[in-house]
Amino acid sequence: MTDTAHISCDLCVIGSGMAGMSAALFAADRGLSTVLVGRTGEIIFATGFLDLMGVHPLEAGRLWNDPWAAIAAVVKDLPQHPYARLSAETIRAAFQEVLAFFEAQGLSYSGFPDRNAAVLTSVGSVKLTYRVPLTMWSGVAARQRKAACLLVDIQGLKGFSARQIKATLAGAWPNIRTAKVVFPGAHPEGDLFPERLARSLETAGARANWAAVLEPYVQGAAAIGVPAILGISRSAEVMRDLEKRLGCPVFEIPTMPPGVTGLRMKEAFERGLAGRQVGLLLENKVFRAAVHRDSGFLLEAGSMEPACTIRATAVLLATGRFMGGGLEADRHAVRESVFNLPVHQPEGRDDWHREDFLDRRGHPVNSAGLQTDEFFRPIDAAGRPVHPRLFAAGSILAHQDWIRMKCGSGLAFATAYAAVESVRAELQKG
Amino acid sequence: METQVLIIGGGITGVGLARDLALRGIHSVLVERRDIAAGASGANHGLLHSGARYVRSDPTAAAECREESALLKRMAGHCIEDTGGLFVAVEGDDEAYVADFPSLCARCGIACKPICAAEARELEPVLSERLIAAFQVPDASVDPFHLCLDTLSEALELGSRVMLHTRAAGFDRDSGRIRRIRLINDETGAESWMTADLVVNAAGAWARDVAALAGIEMDLLYSKGSLLITDQRLTQRVINRLRPASDADILVPGGTVSILGTTSIPIDSLDRIVPTVSESDHIVATASAMVPSLKTTRYIRAYAGVRPLVGSRSIDDGRALSRGFALLDHANDGIENFVSIIGGKLTTYRLMAEKTADLVCQRLGVDRPGLTAVKALKPFAANRWTAAGLSPKLWMKAKASGDLLLCECEMVPASAIDAVIDGIHEQGGSPSLYAIGRRSRVGKGTCQGAFCGLRINAYLYDQGRLEGRQGLTDLRSFLSARWRGMRPILWGTALLQEELQEAVHCGYLGLELGGRR
Repeated sequence: MTDTAHISCDLCVIGSGMAGMSAALFAADRGLSTVLVGRTGEIIFATGFLDLMGVHPLEAGRLWNDPWAAIAAVVKDLPQHPYARLSAETIRAAFQEVLAFFEAQGLSYSGFPDRNAAVLTSVGSVKLTYRVPLTMWSGVAARQRKAACLLVDIQGLKGFSARQIKATLAGAWPNIRTAKVVFPGAHPEGDLFPERLARSLETAGARANWAAVLEPYVQGAAAIGVPAILGISRSAEVMRDLEKRLGCPVFEIPTMPPGVTGLRMKEAFERGLAGRQVGLLLENKVFRAAVHRDSGFLLEAGSMEPACTIRATAVLLATGRFMGGGLEADRHAVRESVFNLPVHQPEGRDDWHREDFLDRRGHPVNSAGLQTDEFFRPIDAAGRPVHPRLFAAGSILAHQDWIRMKCGSGLAFATAYAAVESVRAELQKG
Repeated sequence: METQVLIIGGGITGVGLARDLALRGIHSVLVERRDIAAGASGANHGLLHSGARYVRSDPTAAAECREESALLKRMAGHCIEDTGGLFVAVEGDDEAYVADFPSLCARCGIACKPICAAEARELEPVLSERLIAAFQVPDASVDPFHLCLDTLSEALELGSRVMLHTRAAGFDRDSGRIRRIRLINDETGAESWMTADLVVNAAGAWARDVAALAGIEMDLLYSKGSLLITDQRLTQRVINRLRPASDADILVPGGTVSILGTTSIPIDSLDRIVPTVSESDHIVATASAMVPSLKTTRYIRAYAGVRPLVGSRSIDDGRALSRGFALLDHANDGIENFVSIIGGKLTTYRLMAEKTADLVCQRLGVDRPGLTAVKALKPFAANRWTAAGLSPKLWMKAKASGDLLLCECEMVPASAIDAVIDGIHEQGGSPSLYAIGRRSRVGKGTCQGAFCGLRINAYLYDQGRLEGRQGLTDLRSFLSARWRGMRPILWGTALLQEELQEAVHCGYLGLELGGRR
């Protein structure tokens, strides 16, 4: 181990999903020296939509147009839900700060004031979400007006069929035409991947060629829906250029995950955090964590094996659930992977999942996770914080089901925001 | 509609009977309530028994297995992998049973070669270090789906008919005969009547329900057996625990995976046959005495089937052909053109079908010998996609331009899906994800249908094979069916994969909400 492999910081954020990335952003913007350690994680599966709150109560499958009213209902009905630890102002401030950051990184979002928008999915279902990538926004308006719309798919891009979307929507949105096109320069019969198509569309030449292919199909369409391939880092610019060439609004529909929508967020976060001097140990995991009540944390991190030590005064755990690696399960129990913290969980494995996959109530194991105090510090069986400067945020928190409640992004941003506030307050004490 | 013989049940016995009769020039219509091999025929180990397992408990069945397995290796070799098998005992197993085993095998004419523990571990390195005895026997592995589908296809080619998703809902009886059979298609709700000279009940575990339509009470017991599939093939050979038949004592390789089982739980109702969490834990814990890595290996899914066991009354009244299966002539119950074939095992299906066909011929006054012991089963291209590892081989060999891989875990290309769909159409079925999954490796890899289900649905719409919201309906029922097998094994990596699936299907697509506001 070389000397450079020792890092000291105020805060080490473990986890590089939505919660970890936004926590590092909040911390850096508040002047904390911050290191982020994390594997690629689930962010690459993100659709780009930012959910705040959509469904409550789960058993009734009630959908909410006003996410803030939905949050108020959740806070009232589910006092253990992480949102119940937060004020609406905190949630709003967290969301605003991330949106402003994305905007500055060229990843613009749109939405209705205080209202969820209905967006199209790649199977033709409709999803409610709070903030929509600008590149998908025309689709929301087009659907509202049931505008004459052209849906395009691409030969060789699997799992995305314009015909399927049209057929599934039929009654609800009759005025749709479809076209399957060959992507210019791509082998007409090869297997295509969204990332390559998106990177290619970042060049003006490729856009001109594709616009020429699409042009004959436009035929007075009020909007054109395409798979989400409109560039990676400059997606709004790619969209506007295509719109100019086609003389018509263009919108994206997310492809089957993992597509480029998650990649855009990942790259935006990585760019922005690097610019804020956050120490990024990406593709890394924490192998060992030693905790000292006074001096803080000593973490050994690396990609395949421990390669550096991080001395951190405070740690924020945003390692996610099973997909992110924050929780691990064997046949008998769920455990927390870095500190072996107590995990709130159902009694036995037979209680983890319901008998029907699509049971609206969600699976009990989805609400397993870390229980915290009001400062987002994981607590032990006696209800005391495990360590005064160990915090947790995001989907690893217990008593929430972000997948079914449609609250993933809001939960990640808001709990990260609140936890970072707690970190700051705690560090000021020291 | 009319036919000479109406066969109720599309398991291996029913399709075996249809082929046997067709080879004798007798026309039959087979009705299957769900899909081919949807019951025990598709929910077993895929073990072609040498008979060694039954040498003590049932020497007659053991000898039948010996003869039939040897015969099937010649007649249906393309559905069978002649892996060979091992019987192994570990410390603590009954040594008297071990000592008797070779002579019991010899008595039944089953080749059985003792090898030392070290040699056994050299052949199969995953075996326990605590092995105390090992014997080689001629066990083999069989793909039951492939076998059922090819058997049916040959019967169809010879002029038989099949009606999937169709159940017998009632018999119209007239002076001791079934005159007409009322059929209902559960997919369309369509009702029809069939006239048949003879009705054969080959409904497996559901035979009791079919007999009840004729007012006949059948003595059939149900035993549920659950099995687990590992994500890799752990052994080259079939591994049996050398002890009186018990739970979790057989590990059968099937292409690129291994199948471990089973349990045996008496049940009263056939309404919900699902593997449970406690069964999967029990199987893992028990079988790891034989193969310790079964404790840590990754499991892909679990499944359960029901063994229809012939009750003591049927046997005691002397009609049973052996302890394994029974051919019931319901003339004895006052219905002269109704026959039930019950019990038995996959390995002896041909014999069961032949005995039944003999009785059918006798009743119809036809004097033609069975041909299934001498005429090899014909392979059909549409049916070969159930074999693990086949489609990647063919796909890479063909390198067909534009032939996209729709299932990336098991590497099933669009051309294979097309071939499978052609087969489904020939069987009168409709190409849903569920039907495609049963006839190919689709949904059988690590994603368990989460991603390939979406790709294939999109493809089916593009091909004009799906309309309206049918794709969403199919996707939901496909995922629900896969879920029953996933739920008992969700820990470790499988749980991670499940969370991803839920994030996509519920978080993004909102399938739990009905997919639309």
